[in-house]
Amino acid sequence: MHDKTVTQLAAALNSGELSSKELTSHFLQRIEKADGTLNSFITVTAEQALTQADAADKARASGDAGTLTGIPLALKDIYCTQGVKTSCGSKMLDNFIAPYDATVVEKLSAAGTISLGKTNMDEFAMGSSNENSYYGSVKNPWDLSAVPGGSSGGSAAAVAAGLVPAAMGTDTGGSIRQPAAFCGITGLKPTYGRVSRYGIIAYASSLDQAGPMARSAEDCAHLLNVIAGHDVRDSTCVARGVPDYTETLNAPLSGLKIGLPKEYFGDGLDPEVEKAVRDAVKVYESLGATVRDVSLPHTHYAIPAYYVIAPAEASSNLSRYDGVRFGHRCKAPEDLIDLYTRSRAEGFGEEVKRRILIGTHTLSEGFFDAYYTKAQKVRRLIRQDFLDAFEDVDVLMGPASPTPAFDLGAKKDPVSMYLQDIYTIAVNLAGIPGISVPAGFSNGRPVGLQILGTHFAEAQLLNVAHQFQQATDWHLKRPAFAEENA
Amino acid sequence: MALEESHVRRAAHLARLAVSDDQANGFVDDLSRILDMVDQLQSLDTEGVAPLAHPLDATQRLRADEVTETNQRDAFQRCAPAVENGLYLVPRVVE
Repeated sequence: MHDKTVTQLAAALNSGELSSKELTSHFLQRIEKADGTLNSFITVTAEQALTQADAADKARASGDAGTLTGIPLALKDIYCTQGVKTSCGSKMLDNFIAPYDATVVEKLSAAGTISLGKTNMDEFAMGSSNENSYYGSVKNPWDLSAVPGGSSGGSAAAVAAGLVPAAMGTDTGGSIRQPAAFCGITGLKPTYGRVSRYGIIAYASSLDQAGPMARSAEDCAHLLNVIAGHDVRDSTCVARGVPDYTETLNAPLSGLKIGLPKEYFGDGLDPEVEKAVRDAVKVYESLGATVRDVSLPHTHYAIPAYYVIAPAEASSNLSRYDGVRFGHRCKAPEDLIDLYTRSRAEGFGEEVKRRILIGTHTLSEGFFDAYYTKAQKVRRLIRQDFLDAFEDVDVLMGPASPTPAFDLGAKKDPVSMYLQDIYTIAVNLAGIPGISVPAGFSNGRPVGLQILGTHFAEAQLLNVAHQFQQATDWHLKRPAFAEENA
Repeated sequence: MALEESHVRRAAHLARLAVSDDQANGFVDDLSRILDMVDQLQSLDTEGVAPLAHPLDATQRLRADEVTETNQRDAFQRCAPAVENGLYLVPRVVE
């Protein structure tokens, strides 16, 4: 069961071959057995999951089931979930029981899916290795000495290890696509504004976006069908119709114009990663696509611009954690300032503090124009690079990350960690969608092919990714860990 | 733009973050390296480029001025560290 895609499991539920209770119990047992090693979950909600599974089975019996009714999922611990601890990977929120559901959670429940629990993540989604979690690092099921990527590392590791068929992540600078690449699964970051951010704990509000992480593009299409769409509770969520993303999965790719950004094949790219990506592009040529080189000339300014804009927004967003209304409060505060400063110093980890300080500094008097305004101007140039490229080609392809998963503890310097996100971060600044699909291995660790499209091109990305998965079997490879823990 | 300890102290104060002397030194090093990387932006000519705040250039949507939220004070205060009679408790600020 744990080998199957959401699409296959939904068919088994529909035919009566399987009940949601059986399916849910199976995955809960796998979590029980394997997650002591992986540490991919912060909270497992077994009892609630089994209750929901019973309800799903009843709904199905009475003919009241949708496509995904009874499918177990996991949620990154950044999604507020009513009555369940929602920690965001932080000591600050270790005691926070969310009083409401995020819109995404509400929509997934309404679609009849079952939540098995909340997955591990870098604290406040700040990180690329999941090593910044208050709850400890997560191991990569392909190689237990490697990181799973971040910040949605728990979701990626859990799906790769077959502890859950699919999971929800969020992506502010690559946090869905990079862990999906590192763990050999499929991860989609939708267009900014495609999915509601309501109830998703904010990191950088002009960049954050929610998306699915699963075993196939087809599964991502089913999940996007559920979560996409307008929400009055998120003022940046776009009022625009949602197509059925599964309908166009089988559109032929003949005549598809693929661009390869030359900046995505430069220094620092692992040769085996490059080979896997170029081999994938050849598969597309055999499917009738044409390929040309393109340029995104401002690529190298994306990380500098991001590390002004994201920390600036974070420093503002995280000011809400004051030890007064919710979250960690220090013991025996002397006065109100002591309450604020000590609660925050105790509740936040090192990386979060760094970003709060950077953001506060760059927004402060005397520095604002040189940093923040400058970065916003560069952001426009970066977006324009993509818009210009999409005048000539339909999609862009390249690696999701310059290397496969690196070793736990390998990157101690924050800047060297930041530079890992060179191929994913510009996408968030531009607000366009991107998907990472498994495309091979480097040194036994998975490689992700990243496919980018213009704003609201999710249907096309899913079609292009799905056709690759019809022609190759990289997405069907499973780590030995998944079987050893069967 | 070189970063000094006074900048870290000022940012820590503005962000209401307690920082010890040892930590302050560590932050000066880390933040300096981050800002050195960020300073690459200064080499780019952005004359005449308008700042981009929202990737879709959207503007704030307005809604009708109607009450839509119900009072959920009890639910929201259940996760508060200290409350009494519906009020949040903090150290005395006025003697």
